[in-house]
Amino acid sequence: MNQKEEKIFIIQSSPHLKEEEFIPHIMYTVVISLIPVIAASIYFFRMKALAIIITSIISCLTTEGIILLIRKKPLNSLWDGSAIITGTLLALTLPPSLSLDLVFIGGVIAIGIGKQAFGGLGYNIFNPALVGRAFLQTAFPVAMTTWTPTVFQKVDIATFATPLGNLKFNQAIIKGTLTPLKELFWGNIGGCIGETSAVALLIGGIILLSRKCIDWRIPIGILSTLSIFTGIFWLINPNKYASPIFHLLAGGVLLGAIFMATDMVTSPITPMGNWIYAIGIGLFIGIIRLFGGLPEGVMFSILFMNAFVPLLNQYTRPRYLGEKKK
Amino acid sequence: MWSILRKRSFPGGIHVRDYKEQTESQPIEILNPGEKIVIPLHQHFGAPAEPLVKKGDEVKIGQKIGEGKARFSAHVHSSVSGKVKAVDYYNHPSGQFVLSVIIENDGQNTFYDKNKELKDPFSLSPQQIIEKVKEAGIVGMGGAAFPTAVKLNPPPNKPIDTIIINGCECEPFLNADNRLMIEYPEDILKGAELIKIATRAKKIIVGIEDNKSDAIKIMEAHSKSFPSTQVIPLKTKYPQGAEKNLIFALLRRKVPAGGLPFDVGVVVQNVGTTKAIWDAISKGKPLYERVVTITGPGIIKPKNVLVRIGTLVQELIDFCGGLKEDTKMIVIGGPMMGIAQWSLDVPVIKATSGIIALTSIPLDYEQPCIRCGRCAEHCPMGLVPTQLMRLTKFGKLNEADKWGILNCVECGCCEFVCPANIPLVHWIRTGKSKVSLLRK
Repeated sequence: MNQKEEKIFIIQSSPHLKEEEFIPHIMYTVVISLIPVIAASIYFFRMKALAIIITSIISCLTTEGIILLIRKKPLNSLWDGSAIITGTLLALTLPPSLSLDLVFIGGVIAIGIGKQAFGGLGYNIFNPALVGRAFLQTAFPVAMTTWTPTVFQKVDIATFATPLGNLKFNQAIIKGTLTPLKELFWGNIGGCIGETSAVALLIGGIILLSRKCIDWRIPIGILSTLSIFTGIFWLINPNKYASPIFHLLAGGVLLGAIFMATDMVTSPITPMGNWIYAIGIGLFIGIIRLFGGLPEGVMFSILFMNAFVPLLNQYTRPRYLGEKKK
Repeated sequence: MWSILRKRSFPGGIHVRDYKEQTESQPIEILNPGEKIVIPLHQHFGAPAEPLVKKGDEVKIGQKIGEGKARFSAHVHSSVSGKVKAVDYYNHPSGQFVLSVIIENDGQNTFYDKNKELKDPFSLSPQQIIEKVKEAGIVGMGGAAFPTAVKLNPPPNKPIDTIIINGCECEPFLNADNRLMIEYPEDILKGAELIKIATRAKKIIVGIEDNKSDAIKIMEAHSKSFPSTQVIPLKTKYPQGAEKNLIFALLRRKVPAGGLPFDVGVVVQNVGTTKAIWDAISKGKPLYERVVTITGPGIIKPKNVLVRIGTLVQELIDFCGGLKEDTKMIVIGGPMMGIAQWSLDVPVIKATSGIIALTSIPLDYEQPCIRCGRCAEHCPMGLVPTQLMRLTKFGKLNEADKWGILNCVECGCCEFVCPANIPLVHWIRTGKSKVSLLRK
């Protein structure tokens, strides 16, 4: 009896039960959901895609590790999967012909400026992969807009363009050379290595939604806003503007809406905040594509709305149970 | 299809393994009180009771030994017959030291006043019922220990139409209420009838989570002879038994923030409390014993036990075959809201629903918030816990108040789902007490 009484038990604050799902579980679920996209990119662009993805991941992991060492932080977050996601996502937004040293620089910027300069995991404002890509696009505009066809396309490389570039600069609708929707769906088109196959991106999206790793409001909000916006103009003048389905499948919208804009750290927490954020992104993509100087606007739209996330969180507080209506 | 429509619930909350299998079919066993009984004078919400006995006094079962004088207080009764060894401070499940009456049990089990059986309890007036409930020292036995007499006596401008008998027992591991419903359905339903009379309500709803199918069946069968009583199964989801969520699930009424169930015409009573009310009024029995579930992976023979208030946890655990070697933590209450105990030398009190021995504890490795929003998605009160944590951390207490921090019920859903393992509940608790000070 006395001996038992001497045992002192552990005390801690409630709750004493915990769901066994931690940050690495979420991150590796995202990695798994990216596998179909990675597979599609390798299928269409072969070794070029594989080399870009591996280089980018190595660059991100190395940068993360070195900065954590310099900051005297534990190396845990190196293995939580977040740097691998940044590396993969960055690679997926790069053109297949990009040289690997530029890929490496992109990774350094993504992690160094996009993530660690803000304080590391959880503290960054902008999506790190898109920060890396924005840097490359600004610093190396030619390399970043030189496209190569997939291994299945037999086309003249000199005049080769992405479906959106073709739409914007070659009057594709009038000439009747607009990329068919079927090609856009399967991905046998030019573009960044991870954005071409709509079907692979949608499979990834279903995995993420079913495991509740992304907020459904974000992809739904972006895609429906873009459809409505481009749909209005298409109904007004179908000879000048492409259909909303074309806009949903072409370019980086699906990659952006499913994998980039949904990044937990850089998207709002509140439901209303997420709606505004998603609608904003969809609207800006539409405006840039239809009226801007660039054929594509997903990256800038997401980065732009990222900047509003702290404000959105502050001003979209949900009403709690029993709160009086004002 | 019909059953889906009937399954009522509330937004938010978590699906958590219920761990009830160890004790759900264990009939209630009786533990004879040991030699030493420690009865704290503060077992309830509100002011402590004042001692009516001193060292050397003889006491009997059911004798009032502490008087709750304030409006928010409750009387305390002796649970054994014997001699008062001391009136002194003692370990309390809350983690504090509380003035307690320490009694040496003489083992005679003599009652203070036995012949109080009432022929027709239903003929009492509301005031008489409330008076008897107060005299019996009854408090909410679900965990919050709110003085029941206060709950039965709402302000005259707040008419009550519905009584909810809370049989959810949504905390994992616990089966005390479940067993009471299976073994004493009549007492509970009659107790509910008395609550109805006391509050002049019109109908009674018994809400039971659908993982307790035996209790639902038995309560439904017995409720047939109580025309104003309806048994409604609820979805098994934590915290279904939280007062405000239960009211919403059953009646779609929202208790205003900062308000009480009175404000929407409802009184909620736990099934254990309801049985205690019946016992107090029909048998004149004060609240001096209760059913406790002793379970968890660290207990050798998990049981549901009828225990005298003041029994030491050590004795209860010995009665249940003792502890396994690898027991790391002892929790009084449920695992989601209960309080961890450093020692077994602590008494069972009126609100002790369970004693849980855990062999593993959650990791304490905290990571930065990745703003996944899961805490907000699962908060049954519609709050944003990560924001409340951050505002508390940075001292923005007015902001925290605006974000509704005082509405937190500390159910622990946010922390349960948090992938970054942030001690959200502890932060919010800190914030709540700071904000309440600020408001004063």
